Amino acid sequence: MATLNVAGVTKRFGTTQVLHGIDLDVTDGEMIVIVGASGCGKSTLLRIVAGLETATTGSIRIEERDVTALEPAERDVAMVFQNYALYPHMTVFQNMAYGLKIRGRSPEDIRRRVAEAAGMLEIQHLLERRPRQLSGGQRQRVAMGRAIVRDPKLFLFDEPLSNLDAKLRVTMRAEIKRLQRRLGVTSLFVTHDQVEAMTLGDRLVVMHQGRAAQIATPMEIWSHPADTYVAGFIGSPSMNFLPGVMEAGAVRLETGLLLPVSAPLADGHKVTLGIRPEHLLIGNGGLTLAVELLEPLGGETVVHGKLDNGTTVVAKVPTGSVPGDTLGVILPLDKLHIFDAESGLRL
Amino acid sequence: MLEKRSLWPYLWLGIGVLIFAFPIYITVIGSTHDISTIGRGDVPLLPGGHGVENYSAAWAGGAGRFTTTPAAVMLVNSLLMAVLIAAGKIAISLTSAYAVVFFRFPFRMLAFWLIFITLMLPVEVRIIPTFQVMVNLDMTNSMAGLVVPLIASATATLLFRQFFLTIPPEYVEAAKIDGAGPMRFFKDVVLPLSVTNIAALFVILFIYGWNQYLWPLLIVNDRSLETIVVGLTKMIGTGDAQNEWNVIMATAVMALLPPVAVVVLMQRWFIKGLVETEK
Repeated sequence: MATLNVAGVTKRFGTTQVLHGIDLDVTDGEMIVIVGASGCGKSTLLRIVAGLETATTGSIRIEERDVTALEPAERDVAMVFQNYALYPHMTVFQNMAYGLKIRGRSPEDIRRRVAEAAGMLEIQHLLERRPRQLSGGQRQRVAMGRAIVRDPKLFLFDEPLSNLDAKLRVTMRAEIKRLQRRLGVTSLFVTHDQVEAMTLGDRLVVMHQGRAAQIATPMEIWSHPADTYVAGFIGSPSMNFLPGVMEAGAVRLETGLLLPVSAPLADGHKVTLGIRPEHLLIGNGGLTLAVELLEPLGGETVVHGKLDNGTTVVAKVPTGSVPGDTLGVILPLDKLHIFDAESGLRL
Repeated sequence: MLEKRSLWPYLWLGIGVLIFAFPIYITVIGSTHDISTIGRGDVPLLPGGHGVENYSAAWAGGAGRFTTTPAAVMLVNSLLMAVLIAAGKIAISLTSAYAVVFFRFPFRMLAFWLIFITLMLPVEVRIIPTFQVMVNLDMTNSMAGLVVPLIASATATLLFRQFFLTIPPEYVEAAKIDGAGPMRFFKDVVLPLSVTNIAALFVILFIYGWNQYLWPLLIVNDRSLETIVVGLTKMIGTGDAQNEWNVIMATAVMALLPPVAVVVLMQRWFIKGLVETEK
């Protein structure tokens, strides 16, 4: 159990700048999910915290101890890899015990800790098997077990669920969260899956092009996204974006609709209005969509449509409520997000 | 995979076996006849009654007419040489491949290519300078002189390098986080994973070592260090003297057995290894 402080971490591979100064303070026992599209630098950040990469500049402190220059083993962290990285020639027991053995723990101590972790993960009956005799979910548990037995200051998860099938992923997700709560170990969890991020994290770090676009709780990110990238990345289906111009203290959309949304901007300033598909209401007097595609999900249907000017709009409405080829939707003012069209930042 | 049962494969296999096995059969049969039978130019196809005396003559004293080294001594020499060459080659190439694959150091690729280039320089090509070096080091007429010049192997280094490249980098990272240093990782992870490759290479390298002819012929004059392959050819005299073909054939059969044993034993072992380990 420990705090983690990442301060001004940058990383450069040759001429490519991968991280542009990341600051992150994690409190004791917190679960932080780092989420972003591939290539945004999220794995690099995790590997720098683990000590597998060195930061070009900046520092890492674990429990107020500067570990920037330390080897991974000296940082007292445990990592769960995407492909689990279980040693194929060792049994499950040996895999879990290896880190303890190297640290010179006594055989009784090792046996006790492994048994305890195995009990927690319900893999006691697998201890004598080899990794190749295990299913994906079981391997995942063993990889977790290998991290737990060490009783580390920090858990690092590098997309540990992406090799599992959809159903198992949901189960393991819940299990990871339960375990993390129970053990109270400070954790960093890297994923590209926004559902995983929303459900697992106490706080999220949304990464975009080597920067932390927003660091906040899942609900804060969902309800107050810091910029258009975060707004479009979190939430499914993605938020709709409508270009508009400020006009007499309100926003004039390209379709001609004038929305009385106040923003302290001069007339003629270009903005982007954002609205989530689930917030669009059926009704006349707003926008008219030419329906292109319906995706029934059961109780709800996702409607893909186009405005006159060609902008694509997605709406999530109750199934059976789409009358025909066109659909009128209204935009509730309190659900609108206004972003600066140029910088993409929230206004 | 299995098609309708046909006799053709068996026929072809039978012909193949016959072509390969017949000379060996002649040798085995020849080693059980007395000197005069073969001396007359007969090629007997059925075993004779002098097997025990031929083999004991070869084992203990060599062919009577020429005072040669007993086969027992030569077999021990060959065995020692082949095992040392195979083990040495594996040890050196394992460690050098480990260094090239898992470490980042200046001139790493240069080192690798230098090793690679030696593929083009087998012993036969560099035999004069190698001999000179051995003489200067005063290593002629010794087991070390037999083994050391043959002990570095670019082929094995290359093979191990290719294998190490297939080991997922996550194992290295997991080991780093577990706190295993480079030697520990080598011993606990790389070596156990390489067992099947080591077994396969051992077979090939043992036979390579066993069959060495030119180098042992050159570096060793002391007959007590003679290897069986060299000794065997020395038994065949030139000139008027009649060769004791029966004893020579008995020696040849004995020279065949250790490599055959290695192939048979190790094959079982590495097939077992192939089945059991998996990444």
